[in-house]
Amino acid sequence: MQKIIKYSFFDLIRSRWALFYGIFFLLFTGVLLAFSTDLSKVIISLMNVVLVLCPLIATMFGAMYYYNTSEFRELLLAQPIRRRSIFWGQFIGLSLSLTLSLLVGMGIPFVVYGIFASAQIWNFIILIGIGIALSMIFAALAYLIAMVNTNQIRGFGIAILVWLFFALIYDGIFLILLSVFSAYPLDSASLAGSLLNPIDLARILILLKLDISALMGYTSAVFNKFFGTVSGMLISAIVLGLWIVIPGILIQRVSARRDF
Amino acid sequence: MFGRTSLIIHHPSTMITIHNLIKSYGKLEVLRGIHLELKEPGVTAILGPNGSGKTTLLKCLLGMVIPQHGQIIFDGRDIRNDWQYRRYLSYAPQIAKFPNNLTILEFLEMIKDIRGVSSTAEQRYIHLFDLASHLKMRLGTLSGGTKQKVNLTAALMFDAPYLFLDEPIAGLDPVALIRFKDLLKEEKAKGKQIILTTHIMSIVEDLADEILFILDGKIYFRGTLSELLERYQEPTIERAIARILNPGFQDIDITPQPRENLTSQPEMSN
Repeated sequence: MQKIIKYSFFDLIRSRWALFYGIFFLLFTGVLLAFSTDLSKVIISLMNVVLVLCPLIATMFGAMYYYNTSEFRELLLAQPIRRRSIFWGQFIGLSLSLTLSLLVGMGIPFVVYGIFASAQIWNFIILIGIGIALSMIFAALAYLIAMVNTNQIRGFGIAILVWLFFALIYDGIFLILLSVFSAYPLDSASLAGSLLNPIDLARILILLKLDISALMGYTSAVFNKFFGTVSGMLISAIVLGLWIVIPGILIQRVSARRDF
Repeated sequence: MFGRTSLIIHHPSTMITIHNLIKSYGKLEVLRGIHLELKEPGVTAILGPNGSGKTTLLKCLLGMVIPQHGQIIFDGRDIRNDWQYRRYLSYAPQIAKFPNNLTILEFLEMIKDIRGVSSTAEQRYIHLFDLASHLKMRLGTLSGGTKQKVNLTAALMFDAPYLFLDEPIAGLDPVALIRFKDLLKEEKAKGKQIILTTHIMSIVEDLADEILFILDGKIYFRGTLSELLERYQEPTIERAIARILNPGFQDIDITPQPRENLTSQPEMSN
């Protein structure tokens, strides 16, 4: 599997897209840091970008990578390698290249700024961490969607819809339900609801860390009240982990039954 | 059996058994109960019309396509959920599809690395197929014939006892074709089990020890070339196959028609 990871990773970081993605974050973070003196405000601005953009870019990358490597995968399938090594290898290679773009793009400006000497270091690490987690989750979902849809346009369409659903539509439906059923106690329902959306979970995780109750919104506040800050963060981190592992296992299971 | 030469050195184990293989894609039944036992090394040519299931059969043997029913046994090992057996086989796919951004050299190094093989056997095939001047070119920029040469090099360089070739000579120039035939004879003499699919009958006449004719997902004929010709009472393999596909097959009348017949055709007007 290491060899598959190696070839997938080097193939991806040589692509223009990975470069653009890294440069975008480099410029964006650099500009924010240059014009702001308050690190926590920069981290909150970046949080909003990370919550929307990382899933979108990972969705595009995941689907594109699956379709672009069909030849390579067919070649690998005829070699003495386990099927699951091929698919896990590609997924990990993809995740690593997204992680590298994010780390380099956001990391360099912060390091130059002197984040290591700052009290905000942990907030920054959490920000990078959720960026990586969201990238892996949406890359896995898009890869899985591409795998079950041989039609590329359909595959891309569904993958983008899934992103749109979690980034926008889900919260809309959630708010409507909350207002419709406002006469009932909704704490546990809203807790469950936020566990089912990785973007919400990531938002809760970082807001709990930043401890900004004004920005928390209903679900984060419930989360905070219910679990407290530390266990709330721990639980959201674990569920985010599950959001990576479960699509990963589904990729393995679907690939085991597919014909190539 | 099947006219194979007795001079060949038998590889210790090159036996494939296929038992009642069934594969369908949705409602389309591609393989409808294939039974096959290949005991003797040599070249087996799988023939059949387009869509008859030749490639699907090869892909089942490779573990790329998973049959709904049936068993495939390589040297006594059931290949279902196995991957180690692929160490002993090489495959050249029908349409040579490669990662387009790699050069030939990088590609060959990569599959050697993936298979964990460090030999330099590819040098010989690079020389024989005249690929030396293309080695630094990206695979995406190569012509169909050159890609096919790379495809064959990648299949032959591992010296695996099983060799599966799907339409191996498509796009090859005459020099490469002669080289390929010689190489295949050499591989055969090593005692390998070689299975190829093709639509080009000259290669069957030159190389095949045995012919498998697949029609509608079943083995319709199995035997040597002379047995095929004898059974269908035809002088050439093309005609024997035409006879299988269409029992009432007759040559079209190619005697020139009288001129007045031609001119009496209704005229095409604008």
